[in-house]
Amino acid sequence: MTTVAEAPPRAPAPETEPPRKRGRWTPYLLLVPGLLWLLVFFALPVIYQASTSVQTGSLEEGYEVTWHFATYWDALSEYWPQFVRSVLYAASATVLCLLLGYPLAYLIAFRAGRWRNLIMILVIAPFFTSFLIRTLAWKTILADGGPVVGALDTLHVLDVTAWLGWTVGDRVLATPLAVVCGLTYNFLPFMILPLYTSLERIDPRLHEAANDLYARPSTTFRKVTFPLSMPGVVSGTLLTFIPATGDYVNADLLGSTDTRMVGNVIQSQFLRILDYPTAAALSFILMAAILFMVMFYIRRSGTEDLV
Amino acid sequence: MEQYEPDRLSAARLAAMRRSFRNGRAALTRRSLLRAFAGGALAVGGVGALSGCGIPAAGTTRGGVPADDHSKKEKTVTFSNWTEYMDVDESGREHPTLEAFTQRTGIRVEYTEDINDNTEFFGKIKPQLAAGQDTGRDIIVLTDWLAARLIRLGWVQKLDPAHLPHAFTNLSAQFRNPDWDPGRAYSYPWQGISTVIAYNRKALDGVEVRTLSDLLDNAKLKGRVGLLTEMRDTVGMTLLDMDKDPAQFSADDYDAAVARLQKAVDKGQVRRFTGNDYTADLTKGDFAACLAWAGDVVQLKADNPDIGFLIPDSGYMTSSDVMLIPNKARHKTNAERLIDYYFEPRPAAELAAYINFVCPVDGVKDELAKIDEEAANNPLILPDQAMQAKSRAFRSLSSAEETAFEEKFAKLTGA
Repeated sequence: MTTVAEAPPRAPAPETEPPRKRGRWTPYLLLVPGLLWLLVFFALPVIYQASTSVQTGSLEEGYEVTWHFATYWDALSEYWPQFVRSVLYAASATVLCLLLGYPLAYLIAFRAGRWRNLIMILVIAPFFTSFLIRTLAWKTILADGGPVVGALDTLHVLDVTAWLGWTVGDRVLATPLAVVCGLTYNFLPFMILPLYTSLERIDPRLHEAANDLYARPSTTFRKVTFPLSMPGVVSGTLLTFIPATGDYVNADLLGSTDTRMVGNVIQSQFLRILDYPTAAALSFILMAAILFMVMFYIRRSGTEDLV
Repeated sequence: MEQYEPDRLSAARLAAMRRSFRNGRAALTRRSLLRAFAGGALAVGGVGALSGCGIPAAGTTRGGVPADDHSKKEKTVTFSNWTEYMDVDESGREHPTLEAFTQRTGIRVEYTEDINDNTEFFGKIKPQLAAGQDTGRDIIVLTDWLAARLIRLGWVQKLDPAHLPHAFTNLSAQFRNPDWDPGRAYSYPWQGISTVIAYNRKALDGVEVRTLSDLLDNAKLKGRVGLLTEMRDTVGMTLLDMDKDPAQFSADDYDAAVARLQKAVDKGQVRRFTGNDYTADLTKGDFAACLAWAGDVVQLKADNPDIGFLIPDSGYMTSSDVMLIPNKARHKTNAERLIDYYFEPRPAAELAAYINFVCPVDGVKDELAKIDEEAANNPLILPDQAMQAKSRAFRSLSSAEETAFEEKFAKLTGA
C-alpha cells in the first residue's frame, strides 16, 4: 500500500518547444471544421446554384453553361407579383410579431418574477412539434364553420377585413390574412427571444435613474428602454423577416391561388416544371433582394450591436 | 501552458481581445456583419468556377443498365413505397402479405415508406440515377406519368418476363397497354387510382352536383371547391367535362381546358389546389365538393357518413402507381419475384381489402369476397364492365409538352 506522500516528486516536463509556436496555429485549426462546413454546405452550393442559373438545356439533353442571363430578366418579369407579395406578407408578419412580441418580452424581462421560466417555456414549447403540424393546426382553428370564424363573423370583423381585401367572403382560410397570421405565429419566438435577451441586459438602475430625474414611464420607455433594446429589435426583425420571405408552407396550406409567394414559385419551377435555371435564378434574386433590404435596414437602424 | 501575457501579444491581437471583452461576449456588430456580407459576395464572385458545373445529359443510357444481380447470394429485396400503401396487421408493425412472401421464398423484404410525393422523390433519386449509381432500392412505386419519364430517360431496367408468369396472365385488361410502356416491358401496376368528384353532403347544403361544370360554375359553391395539384387529374377531368378525350387531345384542347379552369379560379370559385391534404378540407366542410382519389373516399366514407362521391356521365380519370426496378438495383430477380407475387389472387385480394384502391389483378373477386364481401362488390376497388368503360387515361407527353403543360398549369395554381 502506498500513500500519496510516498510518490516520488514528478519532474517538470521539459519544454522542448516554445509554446507560442504551436499556439499560433491553434485558432486556425479550431476554425477548420467550421470553414469546411461553410465551404461544403454554403459556398459550393451557392456556386453550383449560380452556375445552374445561367445554364440552358433539358433533362434529356443535359444542361450546359451558356451564360444565358436572360433567365433572370424573364423570371423577374414573369414572377414579380409573387416577389412583391412575399416581401409584403413577410413585412406584415414581422410588424405583427414585433407588436405582439415586444410587450411579452418586456413582461418576461421585467415583470414576470418567478413566472419567468414558465412563460419562457410557454413561448418555446409549441416549437417542439413540427412546423408543418403547427401550420396544419391553424387549418382546424380557422375552419369555415369553426368558433373563431363564427365569432369574427358575428362581430362583423370579417366585413372590415373583407373590405380591406385581407379576407374573402365570410372565411379566413385561403386568404391573405390567414397566410400572414400563419407566418406571424410560426416566427413569433424568433422575435421574442432576441428581444428578451436585450431587454434583460438593461441595468434596472437606469430605470431608477430615469425615475429620479422625473421622467414619466412613457418617457423612460421612449428615451431609455426602447433605444437600449434596439439590438434585440434589429436581430428579431431580421430573424423573422428573412425566413418569412422565403417561406412557402404557410402560403401553400393556409393560402389560395392568389396568395402564392416566391417560395411556391421556386418549388414548382424546380420540382414540377423541371426548369432548374429559372428556379436557381429566382432563388438568387430572392437572396440578393433580401441581402439588399437587410443591409439597408441595418445601416438605417443605427445600432452597433446585434443582440 | 500558455499564460495570459499581454506584453507578448501583437497590437492586433490585443485589439481583438479587447473587442471581445466588450459586452462580455464576442460582439457581433453592424460593421462586422456588413464586412461578412461583402466577403460572401466576393467569394461568390469567383465566376470562373461557374462554368465548370453543367449537368450531363441523361438520355444516354436508354434501355436501362442491368447491374450485377446479387439475388442468389443476398436473399433480400429493398422495396420503397408510399405511406399507408400496404396491408398492416393488428400490431401495426408487420405486413402480412410481405411476411408470407418471405416465408415462401426465403427472401427478406426491407420495406420502407419513403415516398411522399412524386416530384419530391424524383428530385431525391435524380442525382444518383443521372450519375449511373445505385439508389439502394430494388423496387420503387411511382405514378405512371413519372414512370413514363424514367423509362424515357432510360433510368429503369427492362423486366424479365420469365420471372413474371402471374403478372403476365392476371394483369387486368385496362392496365395492359399504356402508350408509354406497351406490353409492360418496364413496369407493372401496384394499384390503380380513380379520380372522381367527392362531396360533403352537409356542406353542400342541398346544392345538387352532377358534373365538374357544377363545381366550376355554381355560384352557391363559390370558394368551397377544391381541385388537385396533379395536373393530369385536374385537366383530365376538365377535358372529359368538355367532351374531349384525355387519351388523345391537342395542345389547343389543353389550352381550352386551362382557360376553362382559369375562369373558375378568377371568379373565386376554387378555394385551393391540393395534394392529399384535401381529405382534411373535405371532412371539415371547408370544401363542399372537390376532385378526389377514390381510394381515399372509400376510407373517408367509412369515418364520416356525410362524405360521398359521384362519377360524372362524361367519365373519370384512372391513373396507376407502378412498380419499377431502377438501374443498378442489386437484386433484380428477387424484385421481379416480389412483383409477380402481388399478381397472385390471394395476396392481391388481401392487399385490396386493406387499402381500397383499384386492384389491377384479374380473378381476385372470389378471394376478396372471402375476406370482405362488401369490398368485392365495390366498383371502386374491382371495377365492373360499366365502370371500366367510363375510365380514361391521360395520354403520355413528350418532354417538351410536359414542361409546357406543367408551366401553364402552375400559372393556374398561382405559381
